[in-house]
Amino acid sequence: MSIVKLALRQARYQNTAFWRNPAAAFFTIVFPLMFLVIFNLLFGSNQVQFEGGTASLSTFYVPGIVVFALVGACYNNIAMTLAFSRDNGLLKRIRGTPLPPGALIAGYVIHSVLVAILLVVIVLAAGLVVYDVDLPTTRMAAFIVTCIVGAATFCALGVAVANFIPNADAAPAIVNASILPLLFISDVFIPMDDAPAWLTTFADIFPVRHFATAMHESFHPFATGSGFEPINLGVMGVWMVVSVVLAVRFFRWERRR
Amino acid sequence: MTGRTPSPPAIEVAGLRKSYGSFEAVKGVDLRVETGEVYALLGPNGAGKTTTVEILEGHRDRSAGTVAVLGHDPARGERAFRERIGIVLQTTSVDQYLSVSETVNLFRGYYPDPLPLDVVLEATGLTEQARVRVGKLSGGQQRRLDVAVGLAGNPELLFLDEPTTGFDPSARRGAWDMVKNLQGLGKTILLTTHYMEEAEYLADRVGIMVEGRVVVEGSPQEIAGAGGATVIRIRLPDGATTPPESLGALIAGGQGTFEIQTATPTAILHQLTAWAVGEGIEFEEISVTRPSLEDIFIEVTSSNGQDGGLGA
Repeated sequence: MSIVKLALRQARYQNTAFWRNPAAAFFTIVFPLMFLVIFNLLFGSNQVQFEGGTASLSTFYVPGIVVFALVGACYNNIAMTLAFSRDNGLLKRIRGTPLPPGALIAGYVIHSVLVAILLVVIVLAAGLVVYDVDLPTTRMAAFIVTCIVGAATFCALGVAVANFIPNADAAPAIVNASILPLLFISDVFIPMDDAPAWLTTFADIFPVRHFATAMHESFHPFATGSGFEPINLGVMGVWMVVSVVLAVRFFRWERRR
Repeated sequence: MTGRTPSPPAIEVAGLRKSYGSFEAVKGVDLRVETGEVYALLGPNGAGKTTTVEILEGHRDRSAGTVAVLGHDPARGERAFRERIGIVLQTTSVDQYLSVSETVNLFRGYYPDPLPLDVVLEATGLTEQARVRVGKLSGGQQRRLDVAVGLAGNPELLFLDEPTTGFDPSARRGAWDMVKNLQGLGKTILLTTHYMEEAEYLADRVGIMVEGRVVVEGSPQEIAGAGGATVIRIRLPDGATTPPESLGALIAGGQGTFEIQTATPTAILHQLTAWAVGEGIEFEEISVTRPSLEDIFIEVTSSNGQDGGLGA
């Protein structure tokens, strides 16, 4: 079987197991949708000043939750799954088979991306139908490119960070501690307009805020132009390349002894 | 000799060494396992069995020595090599949310010429559990699934690392039958265990490993036979005379019991019973025991603990 077929097959089994695992399905699927509902319920109807006019805060939350959902489906999901599989010996077992390592990792990535696409579609549909948010129809290209770069970056980051998780018990703590604070200071849950400059400067070191900024831009209700954010996408690209290098360089088949 | 080309050995190892820092876990192992043979590496915990096996599987690099497994150097990690072996590690797990048959099929898909699903399930006694989720299997069933997964690719050579550790006696008996099945399928099997009966029951040849070396090797019968004299034990009725000195060194055990250690038990028994019949004595008890593999194992492992090794 070709490596592509093997990767797709791997993704299919990964998908079967994912939907049967209540914890994985809940945190990856239900969590972002719950946040979407709660944030919109609390603040959605507030009118906020955008460059060029005012709009409801739902216009902020829909792209914000798209970012949250994508990061969860890619980064959290992959880092957690890989850390568990390494800890319980599944990776070691796979290594003793002819399955090429690339097909194994690609299987995780393909599955995560499919889950991410599903989530993005749900969030967009809810935004359109329930929250009356204009979808990025005129900037679809920018939106799609932003999603692709984001998914690639956070998948790579997930594989890389999983290398440094010592065991399964530490996985949820390390994964959440590394991503949750960033989500709070990166225009995902809360607009950072009034935040101190040092905090946004700090947040800009990491890829989450660049992802969010590019995403917001593609949804911007009053902006003109294509919506592409080359600098933000470029910073994410750097994170992606560094992550791929770390992912490959420090990949381990077994837990540390 | 009969015109048949002898098939090359499945495993050929010479001078294998492995160090972790200053600790040498494997100190020069030579090993040869023939095709179709069941070979058991026996030894106490920490003897270097698992390290040796994991080097042969390609899971670990070696520090020195030559290794050929099915003609491959496992350290190269070739796909062609992994297509021909099956590995059952000491502790592994598979995704608990997949069913037994899904799991076996997932692994079957990695190999060019896998065994049919029903053959794998049959050989491992999991036919009835085919649709059960892995997470709901009992411990023994999970271990059998480990073996099923190792078998999925129809390997020529199967590594079984302590396949029955933690089993209750009946589960162990079931696992042994399973290994006998695999033997029937013509597989070469390298087994590690610290259960004597397991090696005795399953293996064509046994190597006893102690502190990183194979100190004794042979068939279970050879090892037991080479381990020393057969012991004849008798108990005489009250008032009977003592057997003659000519029968060999008599060791009196009190209450009329005597032990004779001999390399020629048949002849000695003949003389002993002739003497008894002549004297009109009926023994209260008589037993003839050969040293078991377990006796040898205990002898070898305890003497190594004291003097540091007999050499391979």
